[in-house]
Amino acid sequence: MLIKDGIRMDGRKPDELRPIKIEAGVLHRAQGSCYLEWGGNKVMAAVYGPREAIPRHIQHPLKAVINARYNMVPFSVSDRKRPGPDRRSVEISKVTSEALEHVVFTGLFPRTMIDVCIEVLGAEAGTRCAGLTAAAVALADAGIPMRDLPVACAAGKIDGTVVLDLAGDEDCEGEADMPIAIAPRTEEILLMQMDGHMTYQEFEEALELALKGCREVSKLQKEALLRKYETKNEVAP
Amino acid sequence: MSSHDERLSAVKKDYLVNLAKKGKRLDGRGPDEYRPITIEKHLIKNAEGSAKVTIGNTMVMAGVKLDVGEPYPDTPEEGAMTTSAELPPIASPTFETGPPREDAIELARVVDRGIRESKFIKLDQLCITPGEEVWIVFIDLHVLDYDGNLFDACSLAASAALQDAIIPGERLGKGENRPLPLGSPPISCTFAKYADFIVVDPRLEEDEVAEARHTIALDENGDLRAMQKGLTGSFTVEEIKNNIKRAQIHAKNIRKLLEE
Repeated sequence: MLIKDGIRMDGRKPDELRPIKIEAGVLHRAQGSCYLEWGGNKVMAAVYGPREAIPRHIQHPLKAVINARYNMVPFSVSDRKRPGPDRRSVEISKVTSEALEHVVFTGLFPRTMIDVCIEVLGAEAGTRCAGLTAAAVALADAGIPMRDLPVACAAGKIDGTVVLDLAGDEDCEGEADMPIAIAPRTEEILLMQMDGHMTYQEFEEALELALKGCREVSKLQKEALLRKYETKNEVAP
Repeated sequence: MSSHDERLSAVKKDYLVNLAKKGKRLDGRGPDEYRPITIEKHLIKNAEGSAKVTIGNTMVMAGVKLDVGEPYPDTPEEGAMTTSAELPPIASPTFETGPPREDAIELARVVDRGIRESKFIKLDQLCITPGEEVWIVFIDLHVLDYDGNLFDACSLAASAALQDAIIPGERLGKGENRPLPLGSPPISCTFAKYADFIVVDPRLEEDEVAEARHTIALDENGDLRAMQKGLTGSFTVEEIKNNIKRAQIHAKNIRKLLEE
């Protein structure tokens, strides 16, 4: 039983997000960075570049290449994860790179690459959304010109009820999960994956919820970026 | 990609876009038309199941092998499945040898999700000794001729090969041979978007200029079982909804081909 009298196991209502904390500019060497906590997920993202794309054959004569690398650290999950990329993380890295590339003005930096490192330090369902959301903040923090600040959130189905932001057991035992990422100004879909079982009506409901989640998280991203500069002003002489 | 390819692709794209404005495609199809699909089963003697699928000129061979192995700790009484895809140099001048790269991995995982989430293989009937021995189903997808839309071709080939597959009890000393227990197959429908034109079953040139791709796997009720949006472009919410409704119509027709 994952939901009882409209309340989920962790006390949330169906349309409620887990607590989210975002902090921009937390690393020294990286050009931009972000630390994000989303429920039990703890994610660090960093951006390097634009810099010369290496190996040279990946260079694009007209634009920058976005190279996002999603990585789960071995101790982020209950059974130790073997270090290095597995098929799942290769796929997530690919769809994340593609989603981010849509908003970056890549045409300004031909033949370069922009590396986006996403390290999942602690995992509790929804790491790809947490990772992409953090990566977007890190890109903005690095001063990479973007047409929008992408944001991700998932909706799914547990015990026949469409809910926002699946957590822990809901992800393992739920009936469907659908992570999406959008460009919030236009609400274009940049990333969408889905597995499980949903009717078309349930899909529409889930999409509405996921969009609502994205809008909420988008606010937190912007607040985090503003906060970084507020603190800077305070310490300035 | 060299500058030469880049220009070529820009020229190609202009041409396709101009056609699209008239509602036309390179090969005269409408935006909602599949190329002819053929399915041949039972081609490889040493495979437990096999199938060759063509969609237009795209050709994919799928093979199914079974082996006895240990179950996953969290599902001690269920068999397991794995899906791999290879894009070997035989299928296109742009494919290279070596271990599967991200394109092949994404392809295999999207096909895998459709089959897994529709519960096409009845994994609960593949237990030999609970917690110790179960049947492991290996689905291998081998692309032979790449003329676009590998997602649908591979998904269809995998389903057809599974329908052809037997459990090789005799070969491995685990009882009699029997058919692989199956439910209803997922049907995958893929759309490509270029210049606000969205076409089903993209052929090579359309794949090459596509800005965004949307693959939808549906069950026999037309319910969603898996989806994947790919590439750097975007879809509006309305476009996504529309794609699903279009896919529900296509899936019905394609399902008939698998049932023949």
